[in-house]
Amino acid sequence: MTHFSESPIIVVVGRLIAPFIQLFGLYVIFHGHYGPGGGFQGGAMLAASFLLIRLCVGEEASQMHFKRSLGAPVGILGAAVFFGIGLVTMGAGGYFLDYSLLPFEDVSASKLRFFGILVVEIGIGIAVAATLVAIFDELMGGADNG
Amino acid sequence: MHWKLELILLVMLLLTAFISLKVRDLLAAVVMLGVFSFVVALLFVVMGAVDVGFTEAVVGAGVTTVLYIVALFHSTRETTD
Repeated sequence: MTHFSESPIIVVVGRLIAPFIQLFGLYVIFHGHYGPGGGFQGGAMLAASFLLIRLCVGEEASQMHFKRSLGAPVGILGAAVFFGIGLVTMGAGGYFLDYSLLPFEDVSASKLRFFGILVVEIGIGIAVAATLVAIFDELMGGADNG
Repeated sequence: MHWKLELILLVMLLLTAFISLKVRDLLAAVVMLGVFSFVVALLFVVMGAVDVGFTEAVVGAGVTTVLYIVALFHSTRETTD
């Protein structure tokens, strides 16, 4: 962003709308069992709110919201949650992402599947949101150097 | 059943695609591509694929438009050809 001019209307509207987009993104992630949506859509929605803040208030002020250096590590964390759940069930002797074999003793198999899918969706959402913000940051970083 | 709504959406689809190809201002072309993606998402929802329409609306109309705008920061806003 070579010439960033601060317009109060854009700043106020962006800051007003972004929390509602984030709330709806979280709703989409956690409601993925029952309706349309899921980890990818909710994560992309969270990323859209972060990108809205980055476009509205500028690169420096948005670092308080979601730091530039956080993009890749949080994305790796999300992918690690996904593959961690999958590999734990493989280690328990089942297939990849066979949730009923998660190592919790006093929980029924249907509950295990429910919470297993929920945790995997959360992991996917975190990975997608952080990775899309990281792609945006990399593209914007090129603008400063070139 | 929804043929009137689908007809309106398909006409809008052609219109936005044509405008985004022909307009000289690249920012207007990017915004028109966002409108195109949103109309495609509405078409998916009308045809019953709510999940696909949801993804198209979020990724196609939201994130991709922002990435195109970032690409425009590296370039000039007017086409030269």
